[in-house]
Amino acid sequence: MQFFGGTEISPSLPASTASGNNGHMMYVFNRNGVCLLYREWNRPLHTLNQQQDHKLMFGLLFSLKSLTAKMDPTTPDKANLGVPQLPGQGCSFHSFRTNTYKLTFMESPSGIKIILVTHPRTGDLRESLKYIYNLYVEYVVKNPLYTPGTPIRCELFNTTLDQYVRSIS
Amino acid sequence: MPPVGPRSGDAIFANVERVNAELFTLTYGAIVRQLLTDLEEVEEVNKQLDQMGYNIGIRLIDEFLAKSNVSRCVDFKETAEVIAKVGFKMFLGVTASVTNWDADGTCCSIVLEDNPLVDFVELPDTCQGLYYCNILSGVVRGALEMVSMKTEISWIRDMLRGDDAFELQVKLLKQIPEEYPYKDDE
Repeated sequence: MQFFGGTEISPSLPASTASGNNGHMMYVFNRNGVCLLYREWNRPLHTLNQQQDHKLMFGLLFSLKSLTAKMDPTTPDKANLGVPQLPGQGCSFHSFRTNTYKLTFMESPSGIKIILVTHPRTGDLRESLKYIYNLYVEYVVKNPLYTPGTPIRCELFNTTLDQYVRSIS
Repeated sequence: MPPVGPRSGDAIFANVERVNAELFTLTYGAIVRQLLTDLEEVEEVNKQLDQMGYNIGIRLIDEFLAKSNVSRCVDFKETAEVIAKVGFKMFLGVTASVTNWDADGTCCSIVLEDNPLVDFVELPDTCQGLYYCNILSGVVRGALEMVSMKTEISWIRDMLRGDDAFELQVKLLKQIPEEYPYKDDE
């Protein structure tokens, strides 16, 4: 894993540790907005109940995606804002950063959305999300006891994931 | 990290775990044989194989996407090419070709010259209506449905019925746009 060393955002923030433990939480959604997985490693503040929190996150991504596609200066013909797009149509964002956290987002053409919230000074995590997608394939999709489209209850996936996220710097 | 382009079917096939081809062929044969015993009607077996394929396809698509690095296809033509060149190679070890496009580019044929499923297979007279490889059409239908393409798939040619190749007709019915899944006042 490469470390890109982002620019200093707020001097008061604790430095991200090269040894890992930079993950705050992670969501996995499918196309129908079902939260397949929610993992939390470091989140001191909860303001909403879990269901509302998931809906808010999904809604944020959905709107942000259609906004970024609308703002795209390179594509000439675009539909109006809010008009449903075909999957894969329009551009999308892969991360944003605030002064307290960084959110990295990946969506597969099959509609699986993986969201990882980390320390703001973590580097480019796109490859990490791809790796997590591969973990999802190995531990969840290939699990015959898992019914597609339902929340993931797979201990092996959770432990592997925890281990991997702890190593992200 | 440099962006990684889509990988070729051969490259993926070289890297994935594989099972012995004969074991695979014989296992599939045993499944079909058992279905014929259990369901009795050939028509029912065709339906069951298609359903089994569909269930495989909706899972297989994620493995395909994760390993092939294919991100998006510009049109259905590219989709068909990717299925034939990358998909079939990756999971069956053979390459198919795409032909017989209609004018709107929504209907084509995937032709398989070589099909590991049918080694050692001969259809007896009682099973003439059987689409032995119907699981494949289910897989393609299921996988495409997960990337929002509703398709209709049928066999045009079948080597077990005396044709010179396997020909799978894929017809794109519609593409489903992505909509906001929640109601406002939920």
